[in-house]
Amino acid sequence: MRSRNVLTGILLGAGSIAGTLLFRRRLARRRERVDVYFGDGSMVSLAKPGEAEPLLRHARRILELAG
Amino acid sequence: MDAAAALERLREISSQVRTAVIFERGGKVVGSTFSDEQRAEDVAGEAEALLTEAEQQRDAADGPGAFAQLEVALQGGSVFVVRDGDRLIAATTQPEPTVGLVFYDLKSCLRDLETKPAPKKRAAPRRKPATRAKKTDAES
Repeated sequence: MRSRNVLTGILLGAGSIAGTLLFRRRLARRRERVDVYFGDGSMVSLAKPGEAEPLLRHARRILELAG
Repeated sequence: MDAAAALERLREISSQVRTAVIFERGGKVVGSTFSDEQRAEDVAGEAEALLTEAEQQRDAADGPGAFAQLEVALQGGSVFVVRDGDRLIAATTQPEPTVGLVFYDLKSCLRDLETKPAPKKRAAPRRKPATRAKKTDAES
């Protein structure tokens, strides 16, 4: 009886950890960002609201226009 | 290949691309998937502004560098801008697209524009039907 309770507890714990990880990963993927690639192979990724905002604004407008 | 044909091909090969506008630096629209020309011009104008902002980011970081392509990921979808020479293409996709594949398809679309249509094959000159010399009585 006791071992069954322990097993249930472990399963619940593992499930909640896995759920949190999946949720955080999904949330991170949904974050708005800008990736700019240049001819020399370099890339600049802008995710901070301050630096990415001007570009995000134009992109939002494009999505609006695209419907 | 003209812009309309290149965009048609893009829509055939890429299920992720919703809309696309091909334009030149300065905002001149070469072709688009929009039926409304004004809307296509507005999108090209916004994409041009997006490009200018992106280039400024680069200038501020490491000095001047030629822009190649960009992706802006938003909750409602993604916006892509790809350059090939003087031509650019701006496209929208659904959220979380396969980024590498979309870049490849957009680049291919711009390259399709450069390819000239194959020249029409000339019809082979007609051969004159071989005339048989009539046998004369003298020959036989």
